[in-house]
Parts: sequence; C-alpha cells; structure tokens
Amino acid sequence: MKATEAVRTAGVTALVARAVGRAPVLLLGGLVVLLFLLSLGIGPVRLSPDVVATALFGGGSEEQRIIVQEIRLPRAVLAVAVGGVLGLSGAALQGLLRNPLAAPELFGAPQAAALGAVLVIATGLADVLSFALPLAAIVAAFVSVFVLLVIAGRNAGLLLLILAGLALSSLAGAGTALTMNLAPNPFAALEISFWLLGSLEDRSIRHVAMALPFILAGGAILLSQRHAFRALSLGEETAESLGVDVSRLRLAVILGVALGVGGSVAVSGTIGFIGLVGPHLARPLVGWDPARLLVPSALVGAALLTAADIAVRLLPSTNSVRVGVLTALIGVPFFLYLIVRERRALSGGVG
Amino acid sequence: MSAGLLTAERLCVAIGGRDVITDVSFALPRENLVALVGPNGAGKTTLLRAMSGLVASRGVLTVDGTPVASLTARDRAKKFAYLPQGHVVHWPLPVRDVVALGRYPHGAVDPARLSRPDAEAVERAMRAADLDSLADRPVTELSGGEKSRVALARMLAVEAPVMLADEPVASLDPYFQIEVLGLLQRAARGGALVIVVTHDLGLAARFADRVLVLRDGRLAMDGPPAEALGPGPLADVFRISAFRGGQDGQPVIVPWAAV
Repeated sequence: MKATEAVRTAGVTALVARAVGRAPVLLLGGLVVLLFLLSLGIGPVRLSPDVVATALFGGGSEEQRIIVQEIRLPRAVLAVAVGGVLGLSGAALQGLLRNPLAAPELFGAPQAAALGAVLVIATGLADVLSFALPLAAIVAAFVSVFVLLVIAGRNAGLLLLILAGLALSSLAGAGTALTMNLAPNPFAALEISFWLLGSLEDRSIRHVAMALPFILAGGAILLSQRHAFRALSLGEETAESLGVDVSRLRLAVILGVALGVGGSVAVSGTIGFIGLVGPHLARPLVGWDPARLLVPSALVGAALLTAADIAVRLLPSTNSVRVGVLTALIGVPFFLYLIVRERRALSGGVG
Repeated sequence: MSAGLLTAERLCVAIGGRDVITDVSFALPRENLVALVGPNGAGKTTLLRAMSGLVASRGVLTVDGTPVASLTARDRAKKFAYLPQGHVVHWPLPVRDVVALGRYPHGAVDPARLSRPDAEAVERAMRAADLDSLADRPVTELSGGEKSRVALARMLAVEAPVMLADEPVASLDPYFQIEVLGLLQRAARGGALVIVVTHDLGLAARFADRVLVLRDGRLAMDGPPAEALGPGPLADVFRISAFRGGQDGQPVIVPWAAV
C-alpha cells in the first residue's frame, strides 16, 4: 500500500516536473522567434514587425520583400542554425566528456574547420565546386575532434583537454596563417582574413542551402544520443554496464560536432564561444541533466548569435563589426570566469 | 557439478597480450553472496569485469545457461548489474534520477518518463538503500556513505540476477561497511547472485556464503569462508596469519601478523 503511494507521489512529481520542465524550453523558443523576427526588421532600413510579417509572406512593396526575403532572411536563418548547432555541440561535448569546460572552440574544431575552408578558398576549388567548402571544413573539424578525443583517452582531466585543444587550434591557426602567407595576391589574403573574423553579413539563400543540410544532420545525430549522455554521467564503465556502446557514442558525437561546426564555419567563418556559453546559460533554467540540456543549449546558442548579429547592426561604426569578433569579446571574459570557478579542478592536475 | 547461475570453464583474460586471468572455473548459484578476494594485482577487478562480459575472455562463460558472449549489449546489461570501484556521478543529478538510471537496460532511458514497473523498481531500490528522504537532493552534495548507498541503489534498481560490486565498502566507515554488505546480503537472500570484490577478509568471512581466492590470475581456493580463508590459504596466498573465532555461527577472521 505504502509502495503504491510512493510510486503515485513519484508519478505526480514527475508530471509536475515535466510541466515545469517544458517552460524554459518554450520560453527560450519564444525568445528565439522574437529575435528572429527582430533580426528581419533591423538594418539600414528599419521595418516594423507587421511590415516584416507581410513581406515575409509575399506582401508589401517589392523593395520590402527583397529586403526581408532575400537580404535578411538568409542571415537570420543562418544565425539561428549556426548558433543553435554550436550551442548543441558544446552541450554534447560537455556530456560526452563530463566536463563543463568542453566546447568545440576550446578543442580547436572551428579553427580546424576554418583551415579546411581556407585551403579550399585559396586553391580556388570553392569557386568550382560549391560543396567543396563545407566538405573540407567538416573533414578538418572531424579530424581535429577525433585527434583530441584520442589524446584525451577514456577519463581525461580538464587540463589535458584544454592543453590538447590549445595545441590543435594553434596548429590549425598556423596552417591558416601559412595559407594566407602564401596567398597569390594581397586581396586573397585580405578576403580570407575578413572571412575568418566570422560574419553572417550578405549571405544568400545559396549559403543557407550549402550549410543547413549539414547543420541539421549534425544536430540530429547529437540529439539522437541524448539519453546515452545521461547514462554517461555515471562514468564510462558504468554506462557500458548499462548497455551503452561508448565507442559508438564517441564516434557519433565527433561526427555530429564535425558536421555542425564544419557546416557552420563554411558559411559564417569562425564564430567562437557560443558552444561554451550556451550550456552554462541553459543550466540554471533546466538543471544539470546532460540529456535535458541539449535542446535548451541549442536555443540559447541560437538566441545569443541572433542577438549578437542584431547588435553588430546597431553598433555605430563606419566599418561594420564582425559578429565573430563580438561573440569572442563577450565569450572570452565568460571563459575566464569559468576558469576561476573551476580553479580547484584545474589546479588538481590532469586527474 | 551442480548447475550454477553463473558458470565459467577455463576462463582466460588477456590484457596487452599477457594472460591476467588463467584457467578460472566455477559454478556460482543464486541466493549467494560470493566474496572475491586476493592480494593486490591478483586480477580481481579484471575477473569481475570479465564475469559481466565487459571485457572479452576466452573459455566458456554462461549465465542461466546462455553464453555471455552471445548476449546483446542490452540483454547483458539486464543480466548483470555492475558497480565499478570508485563510482562517481559527474553532474549534480537528483538522487532519484541516478537510481533510475538502473532501469536504462530495460528501456527506461528517461527518468522523467518511467513506466509503472520501472518506477516501482526504482522505489524498491530507494527504500532498500534507505534513500527516500534524499530522493530530490543533488547526489554531489551527499556524504561519502550516502553516495555509496545511491550507487548501490542504482545497481539494485537494475534488478539483475547477477550483481557485481568492485570494492563497494573500501572507503566507508565500519557502520556503512556493515550496512552496505548487509544490503547486498539481503539482495542475495532475495534470489540474486551477488559477487563482491573486497580486501577486507574479516567482512568477507562475516558476510559471504562463499569465497573465491585469486592468486596471480588463478583460482587458489573456492569454498565457504572458514575453508577458503583457512590458515593454509591465508599463509600461502596472503602471507598472513589471523586471529580466528566465531560469533552468531559465523567465522571471525582478524588478520593478525605477516608471515
């Protein structure tokens, strides 16, 4: 009798938790939609929300339609997709490595993807084959995350991961610098360096078509592993004893992150720190469960990048500030704050 | 030989090309608490992991008559509940969610959506480990003894016929050592085969129905505590002598001097 009672209480608690648990997701989803619409209205020509809505669905003047559908819509879609997959990748890597300081940008994934992309741009291959760009970025990102996880081994400490990530991103950076160094003319080097800063400006529907399939595939792979991340909270050995194939999970995460980050970098350049910041901002809302963290982290990432992309349009400056520069300016202090918070774990060495 | 729940015939485990476990054979029945003991480096953990199918082995290993190697990962996870040494929870998850992960092999991958039988299994495990009052606490905030009970409840929640625990009482004070082993003993009385790796020969004698003594990867002794931990084996394998006695019908062994 008492047992049934306890189960019923647990059931009710779970129901309440589920209802309350959905609220942050709905809230964040609403925020992303709001920012998305705002992003369509803000620029050299300000459009009110109702004009945006009309133009989006084929109404309004031709000028308004062109501004909303052809100039701003691809940019807004990319901001949501890129920010979302970066936030998701950060949460997935943190779940896999059970480490709050894991993020694609700290592991050199975007830097490696950029190197892959830059090589394709410098050789002129990107002009011939449009899909060469994302593919090169994805392959390079895959290699970097794979190498990092091989170095990290089964139970890597914080220090080891960060150092290996630093080494990999430095190597990728050096490769990129070399490519620019050897660029045939200064204009090519300039083009590459501006592209590296990370931006969503002047992106067309062609860019969306190039990146979105990869980003969606990467996101789907990462989301499909969500329950395994929860089992992994108990360590790899216990997770394996519960029936989780940890080697397969690792491979899935590497692939998902590579597809997401590679696809993103191919159209937006390197946009850093969304993957690190996203999960940390989502945790106060949904708790620490690594499975329940994925979607909110993606939404926070999408909201962050969209907001940053709106901000660069509002900043008064003669030369537009690149959104990648802005996310780094915000992200690095946050990273420092996390380092201070994790100081004890970091000074504890590799263990 | 009587049919055991878990049987091994000439089990060998190689790590890095070297046999760490050599020709181990046993037949372990249900309703038994088995202590697996041996000096450092004897291969206890490796044998335990091999028993659960987590590391590959040669020879024949069967559970309930089925070769362990032929089981899928999920079926294996339903047959064997495993508690590794130095178990940790990496995120501050609520106690109930951690325990509920024991139902993962049964398809209950989300603690927020447990089916009724799964929820009942979790409640049973929580009650057995006396965790009801801690259900919503983040596990990382608990004391060492409480964490051990959570880990144990997580293992109990699998409701597997075979439970394997690697040093479950190593870092606990005497009260919790007795609590935890008592809990495992009750699980064994409830029908499970419970295998516990331990260095504590006194606790092994007090709680185990049967003791497996491992030396250099080979089974040196297999029998009831009084016999397997007799003066001969203790001197041979552990290089110690012990004070011996008895209380409540159980042998008492207190390691006393190196020989």
